Amino acid sequence: MPVLTEEKKHGGVIAPPREPTGFGNGDGDDAAGGSFPVSKARVAMWVVLTAVTMLFAGLTSAYIVLRGVPGWQHVPLPPLLWVNTLTLIASSVTLEIARRSVLGNRQQAVKLWLGSSGVLGLGFLAGQVAAWRELVRAGVYLPSTLHSSFLYVLTGVHGVHLLGGVIGLTYVLWLAYQHRLTPVRHEPLRLCSLYWHFMDAVWIYIFVLLVLG
Amino acid sequence: MQDSHAHPQLGFWRKYVFSTDHKVIGLQYLITAMSMAIVGGILSLLMRLQLAWPAELWPSLERLMPVAFEGGPMKPEFYISLVTMHGTIMVFFLFTAVLTGGFRNFLIPLQIGARDMAFPFLNALSYWVFLLSCIVIFSALFVTGGAPYGGWTAYAPLSALTAIGSNQDVGMTLWLAAIALFTASGLMGGLNYITTILTMRTKGLSMMRLPLTQWSLLITAILGLLAFPVLLAAAILLVFDRTGGTSFFVPAGVIMNYQELSYSGGHPLLWQHLFWFFGHPEVYIVILPAMGMASDILSAFCRKPIFSYRMMVYSMVAIAALSFVVWGHHMFVSGMSPFLGSVFTLTTLLIAVPSAIKTFNWLGTVWGARIRFTSAGLFAIGFVSLFVSGGLSGIFLGTSAADIELQDTYFVVAHFHLVMAIAPLFAAFGGLYYWFPKMFGRFMNETLGKIHFWLSFIGVYAVFFPMHVLGIGGQMRRIYDPTSYNFLVEQQPVNVFITIAAFVLGATQLIFLANFFVSIFAGKRATENNPWKATTLEWQTPCPTGHGNFGPELPTVHRWAFDYSVPGAPDDFVPQTAPAVVAAKH
Repeated sequence: MPVLTEEKKHGGVIAPPREPTGFGNGDGDDAAGGSFPVSKARVAMWVVLTAVTMLFAGLTSAYIVLRGVPGWQHVPLPPLLWVNTLTLIASSVTLEIARRSVLGNRQQAVKLWLGSSGVLGLGFLAGQVAAWRELVRAGVYLPSTLHSSFLYVLTGVHGVHLLGGVIGLTYVLWLAYQHRLTPVRHEPLRLCSLYWHFMDAVWIYIFVLLVLG
Repeated sequence: MQDSHAHPQLGFWRKYVFSTDHKVIGLQYLITAMSMAIVGGILSLLMRLQLAWPAELWPSLERLMPVAFEGGPMKPEFYISLVTMHGTIMVFFLFTAVLTGGFRNFLIPLQIGARDMAFPFLNALSYWVFLLSCIVIFSALFVTGGAPYGGWTAYAPLSALTAIGSNQDVGMTLWLAAIALFTASGLMGGLNYITTILTMRTKGLSMMRLPLTQWSLLITAILGLLAFPVLLAAAILLVFDRTGGTSFFVPAGVIMNYQELSYSGGHPLLWQHLFWFFGHPEVYIVILPAMGMASDILSAFCRKPIFSYRMMVYSMVAIAALSFVVWGHHMFVSGMSPFLGSVFTLTTLLIAVPSAIKTFNWLGTVWGARIRFTSAGLFAIGFVSLFVSGGLSGIFLGTSAADIELQDTYFVVAHFHLVMAIAPLFAAFGGLYYWFPKMFGRFMNETLGKIHFWLSFIGVYAVFFPMHVLGIGGQMRRIYDPTSYNFLVEQQPVNVFITIAAFVLGATQLIFLANFFVSIFAGKRATENNPWKATTLEWQTPCPTGHGNFGPELPTVHRWAFDYSVPGAPDDFVPQTAPAVVAAKH
C-alpha cells in the first residue's frame, strides 16, 4: 500500500486512511470521519483552555472586587515587564513561523523556530523571576499592598502555566527530531501552538490589568 | 472475554490495580467513595449523639478519642470539626466521586459504544490523584489539634487565620491540599469525559440518541470544568492569605488574642462570592448525574420511554446554565442590597422551572406504566420522591424574604440533605443494583435490596423531615448544644428522635454493604447479557463486560435509547442496535 510506505519513510505514525463515514470507529482520532468534526486531542486542548480561562476569570473577579475597596495602593511595575511581554510575543511569532515551516515541510526550519520559541519562553520566565527580584529590591513584597499581592500571584500562576507550555514545546521539538511532524500530520505542533498563543494572550490581559489597576 | 485487539497478558497488578481499563477505574472510584461514605457517616453519627444528648458523658468514646472527649462530654471544637469534615467528605469525596468518578467511568464508553475513554492513562492518573486526596483529607482527622473548623464552606477570615489554633493551621492546610488534589483529579476526569462523549460515539449514535445518563454526565463534566477552577482560584488566594501574609480575604481591624492583626484591604465576602460561584454549580454536579441515571432506570423498569426525552435534555442544559447565576441565594443574609436579593430570588425560582419539568416528566413516565418493582426500580422511584421533598423546601429558601428567617437553621440542613445527599444516594443505590450484573456478572440479592430500600426510605424521611420543623422553630445550623437556648429546649425530643432514626438508618446501610460485597463473590450469576431487558448499549456486552467491551466490531446504533413497549414490536423493548425495520413488523 503506497500510502503506508510513504508514512513509514518519514518515520511517522502509520494509520490506514479512513473514509469519512459520518461516524467514528470508536477511537475519536480522526477529525474528518469521527462522530465529531474535531479530533479528540483538540477537544481535550479546548477543555484545558476553558479550565485555565475560568481560573484566571476567578482571579480577575477577585482583583476587580478588591480594586474597589478604598485604600488600594498601586505599585509601579518594573519596566522589565515590558521587555518580557515583547519576548513572549516574539516567541508566539517564532512558533507561528515553525508551524508554517512544517506545512512547507522545511524540517530544519521547524526545529530552529521551535527551539527559538522554547528559548524565548524560558527567557520570558527568567525575565519574570528577574522582575520579581527587582520588586523585592525596591521593597515591594507579596503582602505589601493588594496590588503587589495580585502582581505576584497573577504572574506566578501564569508562569506555572507557561512552564507547562515549555514542557509541551520541548516534547514537540523532540517529535520534530524524530521526523514525526509532517505537512499532513502535525497535530501536536498545532495544539502546542494553540496553548502557547492562548497563554500569550492571557499574559497581555494580565499585564493590562496590572498596569491599569 | 472478547478481545478485539492483541494484548500481552497483564499481571495481577496491571489488570486489577494499576489498570487503565475504564471499568476497573470506575470500580476503584466506587469502592473508594463508599469507604469515604462510611467515614463521613460515622462522623455524622457522632454529631447526632452530641445533638440528642448534649451534656452526656461518653467514657467509651473518651477512651478512643481522648482529646475530643476530654473529661467526658464531646468538646465544642471537636463538634465543629466534625461538621466541617462530614460536609467536606460527603460533598466532594463521596457524592462528586461516586456519581462522576464511579458511574461516569464505568458507563461512558459502554453506553456510547467505545472500547475505553479517550485518554486511558490520564483516566487512571485521575483515580490515583483522587485516592491521594482522600488520604490527605482523612489524615486531617488525625493531626495535632484535629480537623479544621470552617465548615465545608471554609469562610474567611476564619479559614485565613492560621494562628487560631493548629486545627486551622495544619488541619486547614491539609484540607486545602486535599481539595486542590481533588480539583486536579476532577479536571483530568472531566477532560476525558467531555472528549470521549463528543468524539468517540459509535456509528449511528447522534447526540439526541444518547441515554439521559450520558447527557447528564456530559453536562456535569462541562459544569465541573467551568466551576472547579474558580474554587481553585479562591483556594490559591486563601493559601497566600494563610502563608504569605496577603490580605485578599482579611480586612483591617481583625483582633486576635487582644492584638490587632496586620492585614488590611481584604474582603471576607469575596471568599463567599468565589466559593458559591463554584458551590452552586457543584450541587448540580452532584444532582444531574443522579437525574440522568434515575431517568434511564425508571424508563427500563416502567417499560415506557422517558416522558419527553427532548425536554429532559433541554431542562438539564437550562439547569446547568442557570446554575451560574443563582449563587447569591447562599448569601441573602450577608448584607447584600435587597434589590440584588430579589434578582437572585428571580433566578433561583427560574431554575426551579426546568427542575419541575423534569419532575413532571418522571411522573409522566411512571403514569400508566406496568412497573417492575425491582430494588433498582424502587430506588429510582424513591429518588423522585426525595427530589420533590427536597426541592420544595428549596423554593422557600430561594425567596430572600423567607430565607432571612430560615437561613442557617435546620430548615436548610433538611433541604440540602434531601436534595443533594439522599436523592443522589438513592439514584446511586439504584445504579448499583441495576448495573451490578454488568460490573460483576452476578446479581445483588433482591430481597435484601427491597429491605434496604424500605428501611432506608422510611429512615431518611424520619431523619430529615423533622429537621424542617426544628429549623422553623429556630434551631441553628452547626450548633453544639441546642439546649443552651431556652426557646429550643422544648424541641429537644425531636433531636433525640432524629438521632435514633439516624442510627437505625446507619445500621440499615450495613445490609447494603453486606449484600454488595457478598454478592460480588456469591451472588446469583447473570447468565445472559441483558437481564433487565434494557435498550442501551452496555446491555449488548456480556455480564461482566470484558476488556475491549464489545466484540471484534463496534455496535451500530439505529434508534434512541427509549424504545420500550413499541406497538407491534415482537418484544416489549427494542435495543438501540436493532435496525429500523424490526419495529415496523405488524
